[in-house]
Amino acid sequence: MDSHTAVAAKPHGAHAHPGYGELRHHFESFDQQKDSATIGMWVFLLTELMFFGGLFLAYFVYRQWYPEAFASASNKTDLWLGAFNTTVLICSSLTMALAVHAASMGKRILLVGFLIATLLLGGAFLGVKAYEYHDKWIHHEVPGEHFECEGCKDEVHTPLFFALYFGMTGLHASHMIIGFGILLVLIWQAWCGKFTTKWYTPIEMFGLYWHFVDIVWIFLFPLLYLIDRTGRTLL
Amino acid sequence: MDSHAEHHVVPKSVYFAVFFTLIALTWVTAWISTKDLGSSSLNVAVALSIAVFKASLVVMFFMHVKYGTKLTKMIVCIGIVWLLMLLFIAMMDIWTRTWMGVPGR
Amino acid sequence: MITATPPPKETKNYLNAEHGLKSWLLTQDHKRIALLYLIAVSAFFVVGGIMAVLIRLELATPAGDLMDSNTYNKVFTMHGVIMIFFFLIPSIPAILGNFLLPLMIGAKDLAFPRINLISWYVYMLGGCFGVFVLLSGGVDTGWTFYTPFSTTYSNGYVVMTAMAAFINGFSSILTGLNFIVTVHRMRAPGLTWFRLPLFVWAHYATSVIMILGTPVIAVTLFLLMLERGLHIGFFDPAYGGDPVLFQHLFWFYSHPAVYIMILPSMGVISEVISTFSSKKPFGYTFIAFSSVAIAVFGFLVWGHHLFVSSQSAYAGMVFSILSYIVAIPSAIKVFNWAATMYKGSVRLEAPMLYALGFIGLFTVGGLTGLFLSAMGLDVHLTDTYFVVAHFHYVMVGGAIMGYQAGIHFWWPKMFGRMYPRAWATVAAALTFVGFNLTFFPQFILGYMGMPRRYHVYPPEFQVFNVLSSAGASVLGLGYLIPAIYLLWSIKNGEIAGPNPWGATGLEWQTASPPPTENFEVTPVVTTEAYDYTALKLTQEVAHVG
Repeated sequence: MDSHTAVAAKPHGAHAHPGYGELRHHFESFDQQKDSATIGMWVFLLTELMFFGGLFLAYFVYRQWYPEAFASASNKTDLWLGAFNTTVLICSSLTMALAVHAASMGKRILLVGFLIATLLLGGAFLGVKAYEYHDKWIHHEVPGEHFECEGCKDEVHTPLFFALYFGMTGLHASHMIIGFGILLVLIWQAWCGKFTTKWYTPIEMFGLYWHFVDIVWIFLFPLLYLIDRTGRTLL
Repeated sequence: MDSHAEHHVVPKSVYFAVFFTLIALTWVTAWISTKDLGSSSLNVAVALSIAVFKASLVVMFFMHVKYGTKLTKMIVCIGIVWLLMLLFIAMMDIWTRTWMGVPGR
Repeated sequence: MITATPPPKETKNYLNAEHGLKSWLLTQDHKRIALLYLIAVSAFFVVGGIMAVLIRLELATPAGDLMDSNTYNKVFTMHGVIMIFFFLIPSIPAILGNFLLPLMIGAKDLAFPRINLISWYVYMLGGCFGVFVLLSGGVDTGWTFYTPFSTTYSNGYVVMTAMAAFINGFSSILTGLNFIVTVHRMRAPGLTWFRLPLFVWAHYATSVIMILGTPVIAVTLFLLMLERGLHIGFFDPAYGGDPVLFQHLFWFYSHPAVYIMILPSMGVISEVISTFSSKKPFGYTFIAFSSVAIAVFGFLVWGHHLFVSSQSAYAGMVFSILSYIVAIPSAIKVFNWAATMYKGSVRLEAPMLYALGFIGLFTVGGLTGLFLSAMGLDVHLTDTYFVVAHFHYVMVGGAIMGYQAGIHFWWPKMFGRMYPRAWATVAAALTFVGFNLTFFPQFILGYMGMPRRYHVYPPEFQVFNVLSSAGASVLGLGYLIPAIYLLWSIKNGEIAGPNPWGATGLEWQTASPPPTENFEVTPVVTTEAYDYTALKLTQEVAHVG
């Protein structure tokens, strides 16, 4: 299974090695350290998946029970704005993938550039999202005392759709905001030349996180925006 | 099993091909949702299939799982299986709850 | 504090490597973090134990003479919340697992030492919320937080309590993540998967549950807090929400959480039984895979907690059948332990006594679980003392007996000192007798129809309740005595030596207490696990008993 290389005598404590970053004292080799980070990140994403999973279950249950409420409430979202935003997010995923590529090639300026592009595209996504929230707010489509949904069918149950809409997109957006903070740190570190062709693990790990957030949106888009756009349920 | 996360450098062209497919599918799925395909479940099936396909492209190429270790692939599979387990086993209750015809059941 | 007790021989070990409070609070050494957990978890055990004392005192008489129903609700809720989220779930993994996992696989530390320390702080943060709730008046929902009572009607600090459990969940996620990566990437050269001690297999399976289950309870509690604060309607029938959905989400984690509690215990028992029989465990592969099987099947049975809710009867049938299946891997373990002892040279040291107690009590707990997974019978027994007795047999008779077996087994390794063995034997016996006296009458009470969670009951139930309360005081003594002699032994116990029990396993090949780096040189494993012949050839076994 695992190929452990012969154990070389090594001084205790963490120590630096040119180009490889820092080898923490409890690891035997850089390969081991990097593999551990990768496995750890994937396991973390597993927990993230299950975390969103609970919300998806709530969504499926209520969509099953109140199809009309969901279909008509879904029409209150802006289809083309949603599609545009999906495009923006996919672009940011591309720039992130290219950032990892640039890091593996050791192109510092290109890496910084792609990271900044990812940051800006992520910001654009959140901007559009904020605009959509604002739009919902002024149309009283936020669940609560003043909730109303003009022309919706089964109006008693439409707040459930909007509760899930805000819950799911809100949780997604909070992941992006956390990603934002990490990106700022990474951009600074990349600018300072912390990463080399042999060691750019944080960039790679963050890439995995960013793509995961993208995947969540890939499912949120059809589930929240595209329930029924044919107007069938509104007849 | 090759347990080292080899630095398999994916050519940029792959990234761009995946990217354009993703963009195209996004607009296809948005456009097709406005068309009545005959039954609403068909519309749902198309939308979800496109989403699954898009997600697998991201996982395979952007997240490098195609070039990753067996362990990474296993973790991804476990994630999918467990999510479906949560969804389907709980929905099994929702789907069959009305079969008895007893009010409240 | 424990720090102030360096062993007389001034060999460098993890206890005397550094001094001062700061060296403990900022440590990244898995062994020190394990001790931090030991202190915190023990403190919560005491608090939860006091709640149990109050419950048993109140139930000694049929009338509600000690407290009113509202207070009683809060007391049993805090007992449940503290014992489950703050004691049982972290007990073995975060203390013994943390301490032993790297030692057992010949590593210097867990894969992510910083995350390990963070997990302790996250646990403490959750603990602060728990203590806040306790001091400010408590919560009365029961540890299950069932909606819509918890979201709409309860007067207690529901959001705060949910927050405590929510935060605490991340601590166990971080621990699980660390264990999984460690087992995959930190094993010593030559230590293949099937040479791993069964303790490691059990912890690996436990970690899988922590990783896959805990996020679901996190999001569930998140929705619960939103619902209580904003009344969105997720779980409120008045808005079209489904309270049963909450139960589904809750038990998707909380049923597997039972296996988070029992699996590590089973790992301990496998080690102890093998050591004190001086025999390789019978059916090593079966025990190893049954751990994984329990982890997987444990996720398929949650619906048996919902038999009397409005869950579909058809779903109930499926859950009922699946619940029977999960008994198979548990039974495999019990039979294999028995077969391990068969024709072994069994030594009845304290850890072994606890382990034997575990087997008996866990078997009773498991078999009564089968009663409850039979849907028809469960309708009769739901929310009676039968259920209370059943899960205490599994969690106290199983998980805590295993925890005590483990503490007694590895105490000499952790502190380098042996406790007074005669007292340990007495404590093990008292625990076993006290436990049965406390909880066996509850089976009868439950079958007779006494419901749980009431502070008054008809006078005809008093005999069994008095028996139970009397047993609880014996059980309390069984917990108090070890606390005294274990603490005493840290300073005054006889020097244990590296391998006092004649056990195999890498953790016994290093000094007691181990040095900070665990091993002088990274060990290379050339033999199968539990190779007692090799052990006898290569080293002088310290004679025991």
